Amino acid sequence: MIPELGHFALIIALAIALTQAVLSLTGAARGIPGFIAVARPGAQGQFVFVAIAFGCLAWSFYSNDFSVLNVASNSNSSLPAQYRIAATWGSHEGSLLLWVLMLSVWMVAVSVFSRSLPDDMVARVLGVMGLIAVGFLCFMLFTSNPFERLLPAAADGRDLNPLLQDPAMVIHPPMLYMGYVGFSVAFSFAIAALLDGRLDAAWARWSRPWTTAAWMFLTIGIALGSFWAYYELGWGGWWFWDPVENASFMPWLIGTALIHSLAVTEKRGAFKSWTVLLAIFAFSLSLLGTFLVRSGVLTSVHAFATDPKRGIFILCFLTVVIGGSLTLYAWRANKASPGGRFELLSRESMLLANSVLMLVACAAVLLGTLYPLFLDALGLGKISVGPPYFESVFAPLMAPAILLAGIGPLVAWRNGDAAQLARRLRWAALAALLGALFVPLLFGRWALLTSGGLLLGFWILGGCFTALFIRIKTGTKFTTSFAGMLLAHAGIGVFVLGVTLVKSYESERDVRMAPGDTVMLGGYAFRFDGVKEVAGPNYAAVRGAINVQRDGQPVADLAPEKRIYRVQRNPMTEAAINGGVTRDLYVSLGEAVGPEGTAWTVRIHVKPFVKWIWSGCLLMALGGLLAASDRRYRAGSRERDALRAGDATVVRSSAA
Amino acid sequence: MKRFLWPLGIFILLVGFLAAGLTLDPREVPSPLIGKAAPAFDLPVLQQPGERFDAAARRLAPSARRFAPSDMRGKVWLLNVWASWCVSCRDEHPVLVELSKKNLLPILGLNYKDKDEDAQRWLTQFGNPYQVSIVDADGRTGIDYGVYGVPETYVIDAEGVIRYKQIGPLTEAILEQKVLPLAMALKK
Repeated sequence: MIPELGHFALIIALAIALTQAVLSLTGAARGIPGFIAVARPGAQGQFVFVAIAFGCLAWSFYSNDFSVLNVASNSNSSLPAQYRIAATWGSHEGSLLLWVLMLSVWMVAVSVFSRSLPDDMVARVLGVMGLIAVGFLCFMLFTSNPFERLLPAAADGRDLNPLLQDPAMVIHPPMLYMGYVGFSVAFSFAIAALLDGRLDAAWARWSRPWTTAAWMFLTIGIALGSFWAYYELGWGGWWFWDPVENASFMPWLIGTALIHSLAVTEKRGAFKSWTVLLAIFAFSLSLLGTFLVRSGVLTSVHAFATDPKRGIFILCFLTVVIGGSLTLYAWRANKASPGGRFELLSRESMLLANSVLMLVACAAVLLGTLYPLFLDALGLGKISVGPPYFESVFAPLMAPAILLAGIGPLVAWRNGDAAQLARRLRWAALAALLGALFVPLLFGRWALLTSGGLLLGFWILGGCFTALFIRIKTGTKFTTSFAGMLLAHAGIGVFVLGVTLVKSYESERDVRMAPGDTVMLGGYAFRFDGVKEVAGPNYAAVRGAINVQRDGQPVADLAPEKRIYRVQRNPMTEAAINGGVTRDLYVSLGEAVGPEGTAWTVRIHVKPFVKWIWSGCLLMALGGLLAASDRRYRAGSRERDALRAGDATVVRSSAA
Repeated sequence: MKRFLWPLGIFILLVGFLAAGLTLDPREVPSPLIGKAAPAFDLPVLQQPGERFDAAARRLAPSARRFAPSDMRGKVWLLNVWASWCVSCRDEHPVLVELSKKNLLPILGLNYKDKDEDAQRWLTQFGNPYQVSIVDADGRTGIDYGVYGVPETYVIDAEGVIRYKQIGPLTEAILEQKVLPLAMALKK
């Protein structure tokens, strides 16, 4: 009964989405107020029914209703409750439902926080989002119904993939999808502006907080996924350039470019057609990511069930949405008026260079991801593209972007002053040089790439402090968007430092250890005290005991596990990590060896500053949160005029 | 106007590739050995479980204890690469056992980089679908055959030519749709 209710709710949601999209787009085009008025309640009603459907599916998982195929395939009665709920989005069908739920959440958000926008604009934006919802609801109802029954019902389920039975995996997909789907708002604003022919500063200002919010969620989602891979896969790696990872990273790169380009369009009215194109690209890449992940055209460690019918459906949908919007772009973009003029050394050119570098980096990642497919389609053989390609292409593209990010905030709009800039940046440059030269001495090993990475990391941090210092010295008002920008840039610096130090100074050993054996690594002594068997709720495990000491002082007791999940029978490695600000000690169990199985192969890593990688990402996300919550975005147009009249500095100072 | 058409053009090209990609299977890897003679080898045979070690018999008739692909001349047969340490082999195994019961074609095992005792224990525990299992302890023959993942299965015809290679476990579906029709056609 409950699953049928959910199914029915989805059908109603589809009907509402279709009606809302058609009416509000027609209304906006023809200027019919009655049709335009449908947009907001339509979006909210759609959310209600999608939420009901999602609740029904979650309930089916929670109550172990194994007569639902989706539940029987992805859950089990011995699965702990929190993972049963998370299993709701652990399958292909469930993740699509989550996708649509997120889309309707964003639609409600737009309908609520758009009081200051013209009604016809809101109708267009919600209409475009409604069309996207129609596409995804059809995809779900026609090819991937999450409520399909299994008759007769299974006695028990086949369990959730053990890799996904992890706290980070509970929140990683919702965050990632909030980000992916969030770009649909910026996309819809861009399409609405193209339809309307109003590509202006107001459009850019409306788009900015939405884009930044989506980018923030995507940042958190990607960071969580990377952190999960680090401790769950047991290899100690944190980024693998896997097609599915790339699929989430490409929209992030374009989203970053879009945030910066929107700033120019809002402040200076320049780069309008470029900004619109980036907005289309960001969401298109989110859709492309969905296609790559769900269609099985690429091999990936993320082994999702694939079905050619689904692939064809998404490809058609992709063609309509992206092809349609690019056609609209080709037709309408030339209507955009050119913006204000600017010199070579100016904030505008810095931001333009940033967005071009991001776009090129994204193109490089896309090429690497799809290259095996291109060759295969042309009959030129089968290859795979691995991390060496991505690292050797990506790093040289990012280095200049990071250099610019250190300078950018200090350059004036329109026409920068080179002498003043050099004066302002000398301390940052000095700090970066000293850091690059002396930090390797602390670790006792020097390499050119290490110093290069440290130089970039300290440079951007130095740039942030300089900008902060100048702000305080000149007594300009400190806005949340300025603080957000600084925090996000500092996050990049922290991230770069973390990556550089880990790549340069990590050490690892794979050793065979019998109980009582001690291994030295990175100044730490790891003593293996044997294993014992333990039982989890739905798995059996052997837990190793490893005592870590440094200079005779105890540091940590680590308990890595090797788990066998009862239903799917695959062995899982649970690494044990003793984390810290300056280093992580990371231990994972391999296989039992030796005559009685008392000795084990053990993998030991010492990873200096690895936590800085994700801390940097968190800082970036926090920066995004601050920037998106700047109060000038929330002020209505009349209030904004009042603010401008009362305290002119609010508007002027937010220029940074 | 024209420069604004570039993104659309590139996108159309991309869609073409993606559509072509849908018809391809990225996991399918062509083997340069298909259509070529199965590489020759001469390797010892794994003792069948329950068979008693008989040093005298081995001394008297050493050829009975070894195997070469030429021994199967005139028959269409399957060569299945397996190992007791291989998890996917365990998934595949029931399919092979079922097939062997039907007596449609001989299945020979190539026990790859394994220990004899482990391999025998495995066959005792899960059943033995193989006429014989050939012992490739150091994996040298595996290299000749281009084995890069266990399990792999080869269909070899009466002339000793490799006609098909399956990378990864055989499933009922692959057996019904690809392997058996091919083997039946080759037999004629």
